[in-house]
Amino acid sequence: MVLATDIQVAQNIGFAIIALAMIIAGTGVIASRNVVHAALSLVIVMAGAAAQYVLLAAEFVAVTQVLVYIGAVMVLFLFGVMLTRAKLGKDIDLNNKNAAIAAPVALLLFGVLAYVLLEGFSDDKIATTTGDGAQPIDTATISDLIFKPYLLPFWGLSFVLLAAVIGAIVLARKD
Amino acid sequence: MLVNQFLILGALLFCMGVYGVLTRKNAVMVLLSIELILNSVNINLLAFDRLNGNAEGNVFALFIIAIAAAEVGVGLAMVMLIYRNKKSISLDDLSEMKG
Repeated sequence: MVLATDIQVAQNIGFAIIALAMIIAGTGVIASRNVVHAALSLVIVMAGAAAQYVLLAAEFVAVTQVLVYIGAVMVLFLFGVMLTRAKLGKDIDLNNKNAAIAAPVALLLFGVLAYVLLEGFSDDKIATTTGDGAQPIDTATISDLIFKPYLLPFWGLSFVLLAAVIGAIVLARKD
Repeated sequence: MLVNQFLILGALLFCMGVYGVLTRKNAVMVLLSIELILNSVNINLLAFDRLNGNAEGNVFALFIIAIAAAEVGVGLAMVMLIYRNKKSISLDDLSEMKG
């Protein structure tokens, strides 16, 4: 017997609306002739991704996405657009001549990926909190993982961030 | 929910990002497309995480977010350096490596 909780109408409708918004905004990122509009479309994609993370029961990653991506990375991008004096209006010359090659490449890639995914994970369901009683992944679990088995990668990542910050300062400073 | 709906959304965003990287002329727009790719990878990681019922994917997703922040910082610094030297951020103008 198929229960209503097995189909999960509410989650699926939510997924569909968010996915549609993400796809439309993603098209804006790659097709907009205006740099600022493309950057602001990316905000919608990132916010949609954060919402999908909540649907996947990963609250901590969702909040980090909002803080780091929408909060910090987008500000960096808008500063980059501003400081490089990219045209704020319409810029016809934003694409190069590769579009004739890039479109088939991207379409072929998507075709292959979609085929493989549909073949490989045809009916696999993800565990949900409503139907299967699965627990959302709480922050304590993530911190236990980061600071026990993944401590060394975490240190490495800290050094990468430090090197990136120093490198960015060295690159961007005026002598 | 099927795991495939998340995976195919990720695949679609990934291919959009690939198209953007290949076609855009403005270096900032190429970086924006790279962010699209990184986000699609994060969606995939968390979907697989949920499919297998463990929490490692969340850790990897957090690592990717941190790496992406570092990448954007260095990338935009490089773009700014190129702009200062050449007064242009069009990638087609950067042909010094051509033999």
